[in-house]
Amino acid sequence: MIQLIVLLPLLAAIIAGLGNKALGKLPAKIITTGALFAICAMSWSIFIPFVMGNGEAYVAPLFTWIQSGSFDAQWALRVDTMTAVMLVVITSVSSLVHLYSWGYMDEEPDQPRFFAYLSLFTFAMLMLVTANNLLQMFFGWEGVGLASYLLIGFWFRKPSANAAAIKAFVVNRVGDLGFMMGIFGTYLVFNTISIPEILEMAPSMAGSTIGFLGARFDTMTVLCLLLFIGAMGKSAQLGLHTWLPDAMEGPTPVSALIHAATMVTAGVFMVCRLSPMFETSETALTVVTYVGTATCLFAATVGTVQTDIKRVIAYSTCSQLGYMFFAAGVGAYGAAMFHLFTHAFFKALLFLGAGSVIHAMHHEQDMRYYGGLRKSIPITFWTMTLGTLAITGVGLPLVGIGFAGFYSKDGILEAAYAAGGAGNGAFLVGVFAALLTSFYSWRLVFLTFFGKPRWAASEHIQHALHDAHGHGHDDHHDDHAHDDKHHAPATGTGGYHPHESPWVMLVPLIVLSIGAVFAGLVFHDQFIGSEGGIAFWQGSLAFDSHLMHAAHEVPKWVKFSPFTVMLTGLAIAWLAYIKNTDWPQRFVAQFGVLYTFLLNKWYFDELYNLLFVKPAFAIGRFFWKFGDVGFIDRFGPNGLAALVVQGNKVTRRLQSGYLYTYALVMLIGLAAAATWAMTR
Amino acid sequence: MIGLQHYLVVSAILFVMGVLGIFINRKNIIIILMAIELILLSVNINLVAFSVFLGDMVGQVFSMFVLTVAAGEAAIGLAILVIYFRGRGTIAVDDVNRMKG
Repeated sequence: MIQLIVLLPLLAAIIAGLGNKALGKLPAKIITTGALFAICAMSWSIFIPFVMGNGEAYVAPLFTWIQSGSFDAQWALRVDTMTAVMLVVITSVSSLVHLYSWGYMDEEPDQPRFFAYLSLFTFAMLMLVTANNLLQMFFGWEGVGLASYLLIGFWFRKPSANAAAIKAFVVNRVGDLGFMMGIFGTYLVFNTISIPEILEMAPSMAGSTIGFLGARFDTMTVLCLLLFIGAMGKSAQLGLHTWLPDAMEGPTPVSALIHAATMVTAGVFMVCRLSPMFETSETALTVVTYVGTATCLFAATVGTVQTDIKRVIAYSTCSQLGYMFFAAGVGAYGAAMFHLFTHAFFKALLFLGAGSVIHAMHHEQDMRYYGGLRKSIPITFWTMTLGTLAITGVGLPLVGIGFAGFYSKDGILEAAYAAGGAGNGAFLVGVFAALLTSFYSWRLVFLTFFGKPRWAASEHIQHALHDAHGHGHDDHHDDHAHDDKHHAPATGTGGYHPHESPWVMLVPLIVLSIGAVFAGLVFHDQFIGSEGGIAFWQGSLAFDSHLMHAAHEVPKWVKFSPFTVMLTGLAIAWLAYIKNTDWPQRFVAQFGVLYTFLLNKWYFDELYNLLFVKPAFAIGRFFWKFGDVGFIDRFGPNGLAALVVQGNKVTRRLQSGYLYTYALVMLIGLAAAATWAMTR
Repeated sequence: MIGLQHYLVVSAILFVMGVLGIFINRKNIIIILMAIELILLSVNINLVAFSVFLGDMVGQVFSMFVLTVAAGEAAIGLAILVIYFRGRGTIAVDDVNRMKG
């Protein structure tokens, strides 16, 4: 069955991708979506026995990939609890996104390609999570990177989409280099790339050192940090996060599937999968904790000032990934996986909801031009509210009942507090980030759905009103509509009537909101319970029962702190965006520097431009002008060609075509030959 | 007494005349053919002179061969010329430059 789960999406992708125009839109959609729903059902049938506690872990070998000396790489599909969790997440979100895209991409002429890419992505992601050796995991890793690149750049006529796709690819290369070095190093140390064998041998390697560049380092620390660099790139952690917000150039279903629910969590998955390895290095775990904490704070602060609805959610994703990483860093891998699981539901829900809003608002993405939408698009409003309740972690701390995020995020924070050490700092920052999370999530809801309509100033709405027909799907018409803004009133509907999305888009929202509400309640004992966890995970990750037990026994104020900050964030958002709508302007006036700093995303892009992009351009220009043009071309192809031309000019004069010239040359040659023969 | 060197000098003079006849001549291809004959004849004189001087008949036999070949070559050359004249209407050396690339 697992073979079918992994290979069906590939088959669907090949049929839809190669069939393309010849196949037509509808068959391509039916094939890919049908395959996805089929494997989704199969994945749940694998997952449920694991939840019940009678799931069997096994490895299904496919065939040999590379066998060279002691190096042995097999194609094999590994099924255990972690895989089962990921299977459910991937196939559920992916199938719902496929369905959602029927409505969202309806105007798109190039649909078979889109659906083929989506299925290809699903295949690569499944390959990643079922990998039994590091090389196969790397194959899936690169596969999802490729699919991500293709889908971000799906609207390839848009220069910004191309730039974002290239950026995502290049930034991921940095992480992939780390991952590759990690794989090489692992093979060097363990002489195998099989994950079970590595994890078995890892504890015995703890404390050994490895020589590199004339210095000696702790072996496991080096390996773990290299692998973690790979995880940072894929999971958009601070430093390698710059691609994720730009990736929002892709269609919204893609953002929901790849850049929220599945691909970006691959790094978390990898750290958890290799958790026995990370457990052997205290330093590596501390680094993971710090990086996760920093990302969590950074992304949450930036998320508070963004105005593009998708970018707010993108930074939110980045921040939640930070939570997962510091959970892994303090040793609470179960909590990390749990947050991954719940996050997939509510973040996919929020993204698809945002897509529904964008759909209703005629591709306007700026929240400043929303407002008052809750009556026009009620189902989107209610599902997104459920998603927001889930991400902000609404729940009753003492009773222990709440939305999905309540269990997973509070579980992470409690585990961080219980772990102590670097966990203490992570706890404090995590609580503060939870305040920001609550603030920006409610800000999004209030700006979008409450208040008075501010649609009239939007050029997209203007465009929709003036020219209802012939509007391209992805054109933004940025050039001419700006002038209208000055003449149009700043508020009001402008006579525009937003329409609720079609049912194919609403059904996924409703299904996902069920997940967002109940995923925590139903599964929290399996994922993070101190006893239930052992039975559930079955050793597929380094589950620390004592830590989880301690996490349940933390002081009351620790349990209440996420709840308190969640309410505070909600209150601030309500005050600033519903009660006193002049507060944001006054804040900007008061703390202009801070606001600019946040609005420019901590100047990471500018810094990287200065540090890496500009020097890279300069080096490139140097090699181009001096190395390539000035040296290789000059003396190479161009030089040889010029030599031949010059030589021809000389010899052409000899080729007069007159008989006597040839005869003279013959005579000279004869005389020379005779002279040579005689004087020899 | 006329010795070997006199023959050789005459032969050399004829040879040089033949060569110059080829290069300097810009008028007529028939003159080039004649110049070639001249060169061959000068070689023949050389052969015969050495043959007599050395008392070896092979040189004279060779000169017979050369004459034969020269006759054949002249016949073919003239035949080509006739064909060429039919085609181009001229056999002036300065106009015969079709070999120019």
